[in-house]
Amino acid sequence: MNSDTFIEIEHVSFGYDPSRLILKDISLKFPRGKVTAILGGSGCGKTTLLRLIGGVYPANSGRVVFDGDVINTRDKAQTYKLRRRLGMLFQFGALFTDLTVFENVAFPLREHTALPEDMIRDIVLMKLNAVGLRGAAALRISEVSGGMARRIALARAIALDPELIMYDEPFAGLDLISMGVAAKLIRTLNDVTDATSLVVSHDVAECMAISDFVVLMATGGRIVAQGRPEELMASDDPETRQFVRGEPDGPVKFHYPAPPMDADFGLSAQAATP
Amino acid sequence: MNFVQRLGNNTLDQLRGWGHAALFFWEMLLAVPAALSRFGLVVAQIYAIGNRSLVIILASGLAVGFVLALQMYYALVTYGAAESLGLIVNLSLVRELGPVVTGLLFAGRAGTSLTAEIGLMKAGEQIAAMELMAIDPKARVLVPRLIGGVVSMPILAVLFSAVGILGAWVVAVKMIGVDSGNFWSIMQTQVDVWRDVGNGVIKSIVFGVICTVVALYQGFETEATPEGVAYATTRTVVISSLWILGMDFILTALMFSTP
Repeated sequence: MNSDTFIEIEHVSFGYDPSRLILKDISLKFPRGKVTAILGGSGCGKTTLLRLIGGVYPANSGRVVFDGDVINTRDKAQTYKLRRRLGMLFQFGALFTDLTVFENVAFPLREHTALPEDMIRDIVLMKLNAVGLRGAAALRISEVSGGMARRIALARAIALDPELIMYDEPFAGLDLISMGVAAKLIRTLNDVTDATSLVVSHDVAECMAISDFVVLMATGGRIVAQGRPEELMASDDPETRQFVRGEPDGPVKFHYPAPPMDADFGLSAQAATP
Repeated sequence: MNFVQRLGNNTLDQLRGWGHAALFFWEMLLAVPAALSRFGLVVAQIYAIGNRSLVIILASGLAVGFVLALQMYYALVTYGAAESLGLIVNLSLVRELGPVVTGLLFAGRAGTSLTAEIGLMKAGEQIAAMELMAIDPKARVLVPRLIGGVVSMPILAVLFSAVGILGAWVVAVKMIGVDSGNFWSIMQTQVDVWRDVGNGVIKSIVFGVICTVVALYQGFETEATPEGVAYATTRTVVISSLWILGMDFILTALMFSTP
């Protein structure tokens, strides 16, 4: 594997039910130290792809290579070892609601290290400071807003300084200010830590602004296009143009597949009646 | 799909479910040493599961003791055997009612709470987050609760029986006028600590394992939707109760087959 590639997806197919594949024979390379956005409509398999990289599910066929190591989900020790090198921001934060903000960020540190408590305190406050929430350390999770929860989850994801940070819909449901803050944080954290970042989203504008590379996926786990953001924005491909411009109809149909209107409303039978 | 195919399909689904549950239990047993290394979590769960079930257990034990004394007195006095009231109440409670009723109440109070808690953790992706942090949710979340349930259950069953006997004493001695010395002395002579109390405790440990494992399994395997959590909570009570009643018969037959 090229050392510039951190994650490689090789001919991967996957479906929760093997007879209904979500990802069909996809191959991708995610460059080391860069922000790559994975864009696509709802249900096209973006989050599933992150879960495959995290070793949560085994691929039905093909393989996922994590910095040179092929992920084998049957080997729990190997999977856990690789997972210690990644941090993931879940769509709604997935914070532990019985813990405070401080305890949430301290959680991976306490579980994976034997650091003394005063050192854990310093690291947690530094991580919270990086996301602008040092002052919220003592709050309970029920006391923070959705945007704050996302930032706390980000602080937790970077607590162990991971080499790979995966963001699952980091902008979903956020107001414009929170969205701008989240986008800036993703870019800044990537630049400061030299981590590899994968951002799954359907927010075109924010992703194009902060990404080094963009992968566009379509329903059925197809890769429609990939390249630098400016290349995709200038693309002549109708499907790419439809997605980046947010057009309601085009190669991706507005209507869910249905029988012809005449048959559904009984118009053909009426027309046949004299 | 014809009848034979449906039958075969359902049988295979059932067997798969049993195998899955057995594997789940085995994985939890393997995670026990890791969970014990976080002893604080275990203590917190004994408090959460045991202490918070205390009020309902004590209130029920007292009520059962009251009713048992009344009913038994009316039955025994007909045959001139009212002096055996203390013995009958004691054996009924420590051998049967203590473990069984505590198990059923435990499934309703603590079991449903565990299922809903784990189910909501799953729906909120907290379990998935833990997995992706390379932290085994079985060792971190499930096994401390399993140990908490298994430790709490016999203590609650013993307290249920003790309060029940005190309740029976109040009704029999203070209200009906049965001789207090006779009420206690017949227990001392006729109740065997190992055979009666000990077997009752063993039953309650078995019921503790059943209730807690069923509750945790249902929570862990629930569909991550509000309907899924509601369905899993109901299944916890139904399955635990049926298991308790079935196992009680088997254990009673094994423990008390000789007079």
